Amino acid sequence: MENFTYARADSPEAAIRAAADGAVFAAGTTELVNWMRLGIVAPPALTDISGLDLAAIALADDGATLTVGALATLNAVGTAPPVRTHAPALAEAALKAASPQLRNRATLGGNVLQRTRCPYFRAEAAGEGRMPWPCNKRVAGSGCVAREAPFDRAALFGWTDDCVATQPSDPVVALAALDAVARVQGPDGIREVAMRDFHLDQQEGGAATETRLAPGEMILGYRIPVDAAARGSAYLKVRERESYEYAMVSAAVCLDHADGTIRALRIALGSVAQKPWRLPQTEAALAGAALDEETVQAAMDAALRDARPLPGQGWKPRLAANAATRAVMMAGGIVR
Amino acid sequence: MTVSPRTRDIHHVDIGTARLIVAPGGAAAALPETGIGSTERRLDGDDKVTGRAAYAGEEMPPGTLHGVLVTSPVAKGRIVAIGTDAALAADGVVRVIVPDDMPALAAPSVPPVAQSFVPMSDTSIRYEGQPVAIVLAETLEQAEHGAALVDLRIEAETPTVFETAETVTPRTEGNGYILGALDPARGDAEAAMRDAAATVDAVYVAPTRHHNMMEPSATLAEWRGGALHMHDSTQWTYGVRYALSGLLSMEPGDIHVRCPFTGGGFGAKGYVWPHQILAPLAARLAGRPVKIALSRAQCYTGSGYQPVVRSRVALGADADGRLTAIRHDTENVTSTADDYVEFGNAGTRSLYPAPNLSLTTRIRRADVGTPTAMRAPHEGPGMFALESAMDELSYALDMDPLALRLANYAETDPANGKPFSSNRLRDAYAEGARRFGWDARPRRVRARREGPRLIGSGMASAIMSTFRFPASARVCLTRDGAIRVEAGAQEIGTGTRTIFPQIAAERLGIAADGIEMVLGRTDLPETGGTFGSSSTISVGSAVADAADALRARIEGLADGTLPPREAWPALLRENGTGELVGEGGFSLPGDAPFDAHGGAGEHSMHTWGAVFVEMAVDEALGLARMRRCVACYSAGRILNPVTARSQMIGGIIWGYGRAMLEKSAMDPRSARYLSKNLSGVHLPVNADIPQEIDVSFIEEHDPHASAIGVRGIGELGEVGVAAAIANAVYHATGRRVRDLPITFGDLVG
Ligand SMILES: Cc1cc2nc3c(=O)[nH]c(=O)nc-3n(C[C@H](O)[C@H](O)[C@H](O)COP(=O)(O)OP(=O)(O)OC[C@H]3O[C@@H](n4cnc5c(N)ncnc54)[C@H](O)[C@@H]3O)c2cc1C
Ligand code: SF4
Repeated sequence: MENFTYARADSPEAAIRAAADGAVFAAGTTELVNWMRLGIVAPPALTDISGLDLAAIALADDGATLTVGALATLNAVGTAPPVRTHAPALAEAALKAASPQLRNRATLGGNVLQRTRCPYFRAEAAGEGRMPWPCNKRVAGSGCVAREAPFDRAALFGWTDDCVATQPSDPVVALAALDAVARVQGPDGIREVAMRDFHLDQQEGGAATETRLAPGEMILGYRIPVDAAARGSAYLKVRERESYEYAMVSAAVCLDHADGTIRALRIALGSVAQKPWRLPQTEAALAGAALDEETVQAAMDAALRDARPLPGQGWKPRLAANAATRAVMMAGGIVR
Repeated sequence: MTVSPRTRDIHHVDIGTARLIVAPGGAAAALPETGIGSTERRLDGDDKVTGRAAYAGEEMPPGTLHGVLVTSPVAKGRIVAIGTDAALAADGVVRVIVPDDMPALAAPSVPPVAQSFVPMSDTSIRYEGQPVAIVLAETLEQAEHGAALVDLRIEAETPTVFETAETVTPRTEGNGYILGALDPARGDAEAAMRDAAATVDAVYVAPTRHHNMMEPSATLAEWRGGALHMHDSTQWTYGVRYALSGLLSMEPGDIHVRCPFTGGGFGAKGYVWPHQILAPLAARLAGRPVKIALSRAQCYTGSGYQPVVRSRVALGADADGRLTAIRHDTENVTSTADDYVEFGNAGTRSLYPAPNLSLTTRIRRADVGTPTAMRAPHEGPGMFALESAMDELSYALDMDPLALRLANYAETDPANGKPFSSNRLRDAYAEGARRFGWDARPRRVRARREGPRLIGSGMASAIMSTFRFPASARVCLTRDGAIRVEAGAQEIGTGTRTIFPQIAAERLGIAADGIEMVLGRTDLPETGGTFGSSSTISVGSAVADAADALRARIEGLADGTLPPREAWPALLRENGTGELVGEGGFSLPGDAPFDAHGGAGEHSMHTWGAVFVEMAVDEALGLARMRRCVACYSAGRILNPVTARSQMIGGIIWGYGRAMLEKSAMDPRSARYLSKNLSGVHLPVNADIPQEIDVSFIEEHDPHASAIGVRGIGELGEVGVAAAIANAVYHATGRRVRDLPITFGDLVG
């Protein structure tokens, strides 16, 4: 780990100025310090934003918008009554992430910027020339060892031969299904980015560029439109270990239904691409369809036909289709 | 108000000790209030949970340097040059030790040294993660930073891994890892298989796994004149002494090793690994104490692992289910330096009698570190194979799996015809089946469904070798009337600090609370290592013997009868005696330094169990979860039902990890573990484990294995669990998984 300087920022503007000079934002540091210890990054300076006033969670007076500050911790997000009531998928996704200890520090701003869990990328290799294998995200142009490896967490969509990694976050899946919008501030002011477009898959950004956030831009918070589908949302996380484990696949579903008929549906799959994978055609096709397992499963099976599993992972599209189906049934109150 | 830990009742958890010990006829045995067999709580519990217990990594004598190992990023090759300038120029770095600095060492004796190749003794690279240099600095951070600055020039070659290595017969000459015959055989297994009414023949793989103990290994080495003092995180203080005395050509008595607490080991700290050799050498070169603590990542290459065991098992049976032939061929990975042998067919030798038997034991040498014993060695990976095959055979015969085991019950040891020292497996099967409700199980697969989940149950037998060491111990009555028990043995989390005082207490007719237990030092009476489930048998017997000797001395002062406890100090004063000491020991038949399953004695010694598991499988989501587990054991006398129960629960969780989660995957091209952290290597968490784990023991007193009626239990709990789980998954789904762990790809439908 390289030496670095550390300073607390007293305003977003001060932090953004520091970032323009090469400093890196430090929020909960649950990702950042790991990267520094593994040799993934070696920032010369940290600007600590954890003291800024960006942790509020509130429902707007008209009841149509939920706002969540970037510094809200995952435990705060998961237990806040407005989130639980108006965007339960986000609350569940936050509480199913990491462990209680981590969730007390991990912020929703940092969470969406976490990087892949590809074990090749996460190799501990502090020091020149210590990387044991090619990884384009670690050493640009070195290659992608996971492409050929017996590694079962590769992407199904959007990958290229340069990188097959996935974005492992739970909350991003919920945020994408909820049509959430991030408010970000840079040297030139504040702008908004839709969370379903926030991340880039490899076909869009190559191995290196993972989000539409410009260097030095800070996430201030998220705006979540509240509708019946958001209030009826659910999150399903499928993982081999019951807690403290990333998803093998996950699904966030926003569902509005009545009398056994789907009125509106939004679905995002998690851990199947380097971004949350919305299924727009399926959403449209199922609007007005019967809310029963057979109908939904058939639509999901069709949606997963485009998946490109790596050799040895042929079971994964089926798992993703099943998970999406189950999540819809959960949101519909048909299974627990 | 400050609350002292003593006043808070942190121990009171009602675990329901009813029916923990089952008497003949199935009645619950009454548990005594005190002494052996009582539910004495852990005497060192407060010290551990409040941080008072001092571990090796926590001690910091003045002047201590932090040593950080620089390790090889490649698995095979040669060090061409090591550039140290940048590291030496960094703040706080005092010295960088490279292979050229190393003194010549005598040939290691393996074991207690874990691997015969001592890193840095030459320029060869034989496994990824091998130490190639040591950076010494004033602080840990400075040493870590310095380690990243060391410039390694390595000529790399393509490594061999298990999958690409050749299968060979291990060396038996001069190989300290040979624990038995490689290829026992009798009759004609091939011919019997041809004539059998039913046969099964399949390959089962139990993958490489790591110990993942809570406390990473740490060593503090300090030279005082010509004497070496070490505070080491070890399972065997005397082993460290012998290993270093050989390598450094020193008198054993000049090496003092202390280890009052070890934060878990599971075998990783049984033998002596490179950091324990390099720390004293670095301390000598630097002229200051040196502490080397392995990072979590270094634990994956610095202290061994349980090697992958590939088993081919074939069974033949007659129409009544009696086995006519058993074949079990095993192979494990090992290093190029040592022919470490994982005897995957160890349990197969003694569990079921079959007139025709053919076993082979092979290895594959690869560019990896030397494996080592890990809970449960040999039987652990091997019984997954045998007990899965028995389950497959039960379906081939359309016979109940438990009935198949009973049809093949061994009255004497099939391996050698000896009578067992004690064996109550039949009672364990019956009690386990009764508690589980095995009788109500449908024979068919896929017979039970609850919502999206299929429910199945499976069972397996467990067998574990009994290992024993000679041991000595001392029990003292101090001048002020206190009782102190002394033994070199270790406390690695298993409860020895509670059990040994309990044994002394019973022999002396007093309460265990208040007895001082001194252990974990080479200036205490010598014992073996705390591994192989051997401590209670061996050290416990020596403690009992020492307590008897002390009791005799007290009685001697008091005209042949034992006066009440309160009178002991006065008795010493009246007789003008200082401290009264009782010395005791435990030795093996033929004065052997070690024996397995009874050694040269007249009896065969094993422990047994019957494990029953219920699994719920959600095929849509590829998920299997354990719903309950019932396990009943025949393991000799149970000294403390509470610590014994917690050992077995730990073992069952360990077995759940083997079945469902754990695999130290290796990248085949680089021979490097894919993940070297507890985020990428999955161990069970509380949320995975159901509350309903029902453990019981058959009441038993083994008159032959030890002086106190016990055999060992520490490893037994892991055995059979993975097979019972895989068998339950088969019963639930009709899917047979032979390659562990069971994952999504095996179940998704
Ligand atoms: C062992 C472990 C298990 C985990 N399991 C899960 C899991 O199951 N599911 C899951 O979703 N996550 C999981 N996580 C990830 C965890 O949720 C993230 O590490 C956490 O949310 C990151 O937030 P942070 O505040 O700690 O970010 P930091 O570590 O402080 O920062 C991470 C990155 O984000 C940048 N950053 C932080 N805040 C902002 C901001 N407001 N604007 C712009 N940039 C910012 C930082 O500069 C840095 O680049 C796990 C993490 C660990 C260590
Ligand atoms: S998948 Fe991406 S992160 Fe993983 S090795 Fe390939 S390039 Fe690196």
